[in-house]
Amino acid sequence: MAEIVIKNVRKEFGDFVAVKESSFTIEDGEFFMLLGPSGCGKTTTLRMIAGLELPTSGEIYLDGEEIAQRAPSERDIAFVFQMFALYPHMNVYNNLAYPLKSQGMPRAKIRDKVDEVAGILGIRDILRKPVGGLAGGDRQRVALGRAIVREPKAFMMDEPLGALDAEFREHMAEELRALHDRMGATTVYVTHDQLEAMQMGDKIVVMNNAVVEQFGTPQEIYDKPATMFVADFIGSPSMNFLDFAGSLANGDTAVELDGHPMGVPELREGATGDLVFGVRPEHIHLATDGTYRGKVLATEYLGTTQIVTLETANGEVKARIASDQPATAGETVGLSFDPGTITLFEKKSGRALRSQLNEEVLHG
Amino acid sequence: MSAHAINAPTNRQKWVAGTLVIVYALVTMIPLAWIMLTGFKSPADAISYPPKVVFEPTLEGYVNLFTTRTRQTQEFLDANPPENWADEIVRQYDMVIVGPSKFGERFLNSVIIGFGSTFLSVFLGTLAAYAFSRFKIPLADDLLFFILSTRMMPPIAVAIPIFLMYRNLGLSDTHLGMILLYTAVNISLAVWLLKGFIDEIPREYEEAALIDGYTRFQAFYKVVLPQAATGIASTAIFCLIFAWNEYAFAVLLTTANAQTAPPFIPTIIGIGGLDWPAIAAGVTIFLLPVMIFTILLRKHLLRGITFGAVRK
Repeated sequence: MAEIVIKNVRKEFGDFVAVKESSFTIEDGEFFMLLGPSGCGKTTTLRMIAGLELPTSGEIYLDGEEIAQRAPSERDIAFVFQMFALYPHMNVYNNLAYPLKSQGMPRAKIRDKVDEVAGILGIRDILRKPVGGLAGGDRQRVALGRAIVREPKAFMMDEPLGALDAEFREHMAEELRALHDRMGATTVYVTHDQLEAMQMGDKIVVMNNAVVEQFGTPQEIYDKPATMFVADFIGSPSMNFLDFAGSLANGDTAVELDGHPMGVPELREGATGDLVFGVRPEHIHLATDGTYRGKVLATEYLGTTQIVTLETANGEVKARIASDQPATAGETVGLSFDPGTITLFEKKSGRALRSQLNEEVLHG
Repeated sequence: MSAHAINAPTNRQKWVAGTLVIVYALVTMIPLAWIMLTGFKSPADAISYPPKVVFEPTLEGYVNLFTTRTRQTQEFLDANPPENWADEIVRQYDMVIVGPSKFGERFLNSVIIGFGSTFLSVFLGTLAAYAFSRFKIPLADDLLFFILSTRMMPPIAVAIPIFLMYRNLGLSDTHLGMILLYTAVNISLAVWLLKGFIDEIPREYEEAALIDGYTRFQAFYKVVLPQAATGIASTAIFCLIFAWNEYAFAVLLTTANAQTAPPFIPTIIGIGGLDWPAIAAGVTIFLLPVMIFTILLRKHLLRGITFGAVRK
C-alpha cells in the first residue's frame, strides 16, 4: 500500500532517449494507467518503477523512500508481464510459492498462503498442473496470483490482457479491477488501448514520444485534453480538428469558422496564427437549417448511434448522432457545436489554449 | 486447397520413404555391424576369403584385448591346468594369461579426458553465452567473431606450436593438458550453440525471478539453466563426440600416461600380424559410451541439430 512519486525521471539507451524528464504522482490505492502508442516510453517507465531498468537521472519515491537505483528485489513491487512469464519448469503451485520461498517463509505458511490466493483467483483445482498446458485465462490468473501472493506494496502490470483474445479480455479486465478494489493496493498498468485505460483506470498518464502529454482522471483527459495528441488518441472516433486562422484575446468567448461565429469557453489567454478548433463527435449536432454547413460523405450505423462523416469548409468531421436521425450521403446539412465543450489548440505546438473549460486541469 | 496445405502422406509415399530410410540405415550400419561381428571371430575367420558371415563365435578377441599373454612350454601347460574360461581360450595357442593389458587404462583416460573437457567446455560456454546474450558487452560482436575464428583452420595446423608449448609447460602427456586442449577447441562451438539457445529464452523469466526477490545469479541457475537444459545437453553431445574421437593430437601429445583409446587401439599386435578380432573388440567397446550418451540424450540432439530454431 503505497504512494509512488516519479520526479524528473529520464532514461536513455545509448543515444536514444526513451523517457524525457517525467514527473507524476500515483496515490495510494490508485489504479493508475500508463497509456500511449507503442514506443512512447510507457513500458520503460513501468520497468523503472519496478527496478528492471535504472533511470539515467531523476528520483522515484515509494512510500517516501527513494528507490530509483535499488535492485528489484529490494523494492517490494510485483510485476505482471504481458506474456505472463510463468516459470515453465514448475507447476502452478510452485509458481505461486516461488516468491515466498525467496523470503525464506516456512513451508506450512507458504502452503496456506498459496491456498488462500488460489481461492481468491479460483485456481485451486489446477494447482498441481504444469503451467505449459494452461488456457490463457488460467495463465493470467496464475501470473496475478504470483504477484499478489507476497502482498507487495504495489503492482506493475505490463499490458497483462494483451495476450488474451478480445472476448476474454473484457471479462478479465473486470476481474482485475475487482481484484484491485478488494486488495486496495496501488496498481500501475501499462496499455496502448485507450478504451481499457478509460474503463479501468482511476487516473491516466498519456505518453507520447518519451514525454508525458497529460496526467489526470479519465474524464479530465477525455473532456479537457491538454494537447492535440491526447485529443486524438483518446476517444473513438477521436476528436475532430477544424483548422482556422485568427487572432484571439484573453476573455474571448467566440471564434470565427469560415466567417461563422462559434461559441467557445471563455479564453484565459490570447493566441494568433494557425489554430485548431477541437470538438468531440458527440458534441456536433446536425440540422436541416443552420449557417455553417457541411456535406454528408458517409454514415456508419452503430446501433443506438451512427457516425456521420461530413465535409466542411474547415476540413472533414465525424459526428455521432442518434441513429434515428436521418442523414443521407450527398445531402448538405447545417452543423452546430456545444460551445461549452470546445477546446482550441495552437496548431504548431499542438498545445491546448487555456480557457474556462480546462484552466484547472492544465498546469503552466 | 491452398498452396501452403500440408497433405498427410499417402500409404504409398510412406512405404517409399520407409524403404529409403531402411536402405540408408543398412548401408551406414553394415561397416559397424561388420566390426562388431569381427570382434567375435577367431583370427583365422577374421581374415578368411571369401569373408565369413556365418562363423563360430568366440570371445578370443575380447580376451586378447584385455590381457597380456606369453607362450609356454608343453610341460608348463600340462603341469598348470587352465584357471578359468579365458585362460582356456588362450591355451589353444600354447599361451597363458600373465596380466591385464593397457586397454582398460587407455579407456579410462578417454573417459576422464572426454567427459572432463566436455564438462569444462559446457560450463564455460554456458556462462559466456549467458553473458553475451544478456549483458551489454563492449565489442560483443567482435568478441564472438574472434571466438568463432578459432575454428577457421583445422586445429591440427597448430600442432607443432602446441607440441612445443606443452613440452615447456609440462602439459605433454597429462590429463589436464588434453582436457585444456579439447576444451579450447570445443569452446567456440559451445558458446555459439548455447548463445542461440539462451537468446531464445525470454528475459521475462529472469526478470520475474528478480522481481520475486532473487539475485541475478539465483535467477540464472534456478530459472535460466533449467530452460537451457536442452541446449546444454545437445552441446555436451557435440563436445563429447569431438573429444572422444580425437586422434591426431592424442597421437602427438600422449604416450604412456594420458594416452586415450583412439591411438592405442591400432597398436594391438597379435601373433604374426594385426589381431583384427581384438582391434574390432576394442572399437566396439570404445563406441559404447558415446552411443549410450547419445541415445540417452537423443531427443535433445535432434533439437540441437536445428540449432535452436524451433520453439517449444
